[in-house]
Amino acid sequence: MDFLFYMGDVFTPINFGLLLLGTIGGLILGATPGLSPTMAVALLIPFTFQLEPQQGLILLGAAYTSTVAGGAVSAILLKIPGAPANIATTLDGHTMATKGEGAKALQLSFLASAVGGLFGVFLLIFLTPVLAQWALAFGPSHLFWLAILGVTVIGTLDSSSVVKGLLSGCIGLWLATIGFDDIMGAQRFIFHPSVSGGINVIPALIGLFAIPQVITMFTKGRSSDDAEVISVKRHPIRLAVVEVIKRKTALTIGTLTGSIIGLIPGVGGQIAGLVAYDQSKKFSKESQKFGTGHSEGIIAAESANNAMVGPSLVPLLTLSIPGSPTAAVLLGGLLIHGIFPGPDLFMNYPQVAWTFIDSMLIGQILMCVFGLYIAGLAASVARVPHAVMAAIVLGLAVFGSYSVQNSMGDVYVMATLGMAMYFLERFGFSAAPLVLGLILGPIAEANFIQGSMIANATVGTGAYFFTGWLNWFLILIVLASISYSIWMEIAARRYTTKDDAVAKEEAMS
Amino acid sequence: MKKWITGAALALAAMAGSAHADGHEAYPERPILMMVSYGAGGATDFQARIVTMTAGNEDALGMPIAIVNRPGAGGRVGWNWFASEAEADGYTLGAYNIPHFIAQSIEGGVSYSADSFEPIANWGADPAVFVVGADSAFNSMEDVVNYAKENPGGLTFSGAGLFVGHHIAALQLEKAAGVKLAYIPNNKGGAGAMRAVIAGEVLGGVNNLSDAFRAREAGNVKILGVFDLERNEEFLPDVPTMKEQGFEIDNASVNFRGVMVPKGTPQPIIDKLATTVPAMFENGRVQSRMAAGGSPMNIMTRDEVLKMWAARQATLEELLAGL
Repeated sequence: MDFLFYMGDVFTPINFGLLLLGTIGGLILGATPGLSPTMAVALLIPFTFQLEPQQGLILLGAAYTSTVAGGAVSAILLKIPGAPANIATTLDGHTMATKGEGAKALQLSFLASAVGGLFGVFLLIFLTPVLAQWALAFGPSHLFWLAILGVTVIGTLDSSSVVKGLLSGCIGLWLATIGFDDIMGAQRFIFHPSVSGGINVIPALIGLFAIPQVITMFTKGRSSDDAEVISVKRHPIRLAVVEVIKRKTALTIGTLTGSIIGLIPGVGGQIAGLVAYDQSKKFSKESQKFGTGHSEGIIAAESANNAMVGPSLVPLLTLSIPGSPTAAVLLGGLLIHGIFPGPDLFMNYPQVAWTFIDSMLIGQILMCVFGLYIAGLAASVARVPHAVMAAIVLGLAVFGSYSVQNSMGDVYVMATLGMAMYFLERFGFSAAPLVLGLILGPIAEANFIQGSMIANATVGTGAYFFTGWLNWFLILIVLASISYSIWMEIAARRYTTKDDAVAKEEAMS
Repeated sequence: MKKWITGAALALAAMAGSAHADGHEAYPERPILMMVSYGAGGATDFQARIVTMTAGNEDALGMPIAIVNRPGAGGRVGWNWFASEAEADGYTLGAYNIPHFIAQSIEGGVSYSADSFEPIANWGADPAVFVVGADSAFNSMEDVVNYAKENPGGLTFSGAGLFVGHHIAALQLEKAAGVKLAYIPNNKGGAGAMRAVIAGEVLGGVNNLSDAFRAREAGNVKILGVFDLERNEEFLPDVPTMKEQGFEIDNASVNFRGVMVPKGTPQPIIDKLATTVPAMFENGRVQSRMAAGGSPMNIMTRDEVLKMWAARQATLEELLAGL
């Protein structure tokens, strides 16, 4: 119960002020396209030079928590996921916002974020030693199977058909091979200097999601000028709370998936939201409603990506190994004050460590309060005329892609992918599986190569990848996931009549 | 925030063009960028941010230095950009890692070599060390080499990648001990390689002294040897060098970090930087932050760095010729 003992430290005037600053600043940075949580935290590090270690960490902890949640704002309102963690939020969140229910979508997302986030931090407080072992359990072979599990999700994620989902996943996997390969340094498909560093995920995300939408808005703005003024519906917070409580399954699946996957070094944060979305879709009674602005989709995705925040710090705080890029930046923030994280961190610097964790708890709540407060105002974004909106989104997209590493090359990549995606979308392909392929490709490849190098030196490839309970368990889930997709596809075909198919084609064109 | 400001500054600079190209007395007149070819949070990035934090002081450059990360492919992406696209006007600096970029240029497939860059000053030297898990049966390098002799090619050990300091250290160990080892490059850099050791995925690993020191403080690893000419008295006075343990290994794998500019930067600017930057590294605040973070410093002037680069070039060409 040490964390309660140090709770008071969070509420000293300076500390609480920094907490507020971190939370509000984090929400704004998180909502800015292109500024991922990692970069937001990196930007704040210089400010902590001047602060006490405890104060610096409060600022960083609060910022980390709220940038992850803030990413949902641009995902919902503009369909630009601020970071890979928010991809799944666009699927239902943005659809809901275009129906004028942006306020509801934002409220749901902040409430779900707070629930998931608090659960994650409590895991960090109570189960750290157990979780540390779990974080170490994932070697190259397990990460490889985990990436393959992610690939099986591709087919069923937000697509009109499994085949189209898999095809766009393959495009993503191919895009991921561009550039120098991670381990051997071989050059692949470098046809232009802009892609010599590979396709950076953030510009790709921005392009794939935002540009098709910008083009659509421009075309609509022409044909039907004022025809489509969306009335923004007000949505009382009370109803949002009731809704979140009612959607227990989605909330539980999101929170648990987020905490478990978030813990796995190097993989978790990016795919937690998507995996949780897919899982809750499979378990839901209303799975056909996913993708049409269904509240379960938002709740699952957002509870998952905030649940991952706490556990993702476990390897850093106990083993001194940063498990995610953001954790690596936080490590820098600790080292600069001469604090070495490790098992005795909580013994040597309890005042710093516990206050840091407490600030993340309080930060979650503050984030939720501010989020709910701005939800009503922010939702009015939907009322902005299409032409103006398109210009703003385009500006943000260029700015966001450029700011990742001050590179025009990334802007070209963003624009090219975005325009290609516009045409792909017209043929029923969607961006989410493509991005998932882009993220999972390098994970699967690098871990396969590393695993086989270790295997060749020791037990042999077969034994290395196919023995051990964790490998078996993961292979089992992979098989289950594949069978489920096949079964769904067959079932869908059986019930689809010719008329339905024609109607679907027409709706698409 | 800093990044946007720098971005805006950069845009302005591009517009202003080379209006002041001839008069270098006033240099620097605007904020300076420094490219780090590794991701935010890595050791190079972390140290680069500390050593440049006093650049804005009047007794230093009088203008702040902003860090821009261009990570990818073990640093190749950033250095390729720096050699071929960065402007040689003194407003774009780069961080170098020796032996990484020299080894990569010898291996080929990149558009830079030691001749593409002009060193300014060196700030740090992080030797490679050999680590094993805390519960490992190995207690000295002799144990490790004996195991490797009994199991040729079966001793798995991790490092941050191919053609970086850790890989060079691994090659030197193979050569000096006359054994075949299984070096496993990690795609997550030094942190990933360390994780593999602690999790027991590999039997040992080569890693940075600073990271290994922290991992040992945390009780996770044992450090069996230093790949340097002398012991590190500041952090690891008890760990013997490889030479003390009977392996003829020099300091070719020591990771030197410093500042450079692209070839073609005007000589007056190089001279100005070469006198101010080492003094900036000597700043007391910089020194105390670096010591707090467990990062060994080794400040070298431009002339010393030029000699060091030339020496590394020769050693690495010889070492990598056998590959």
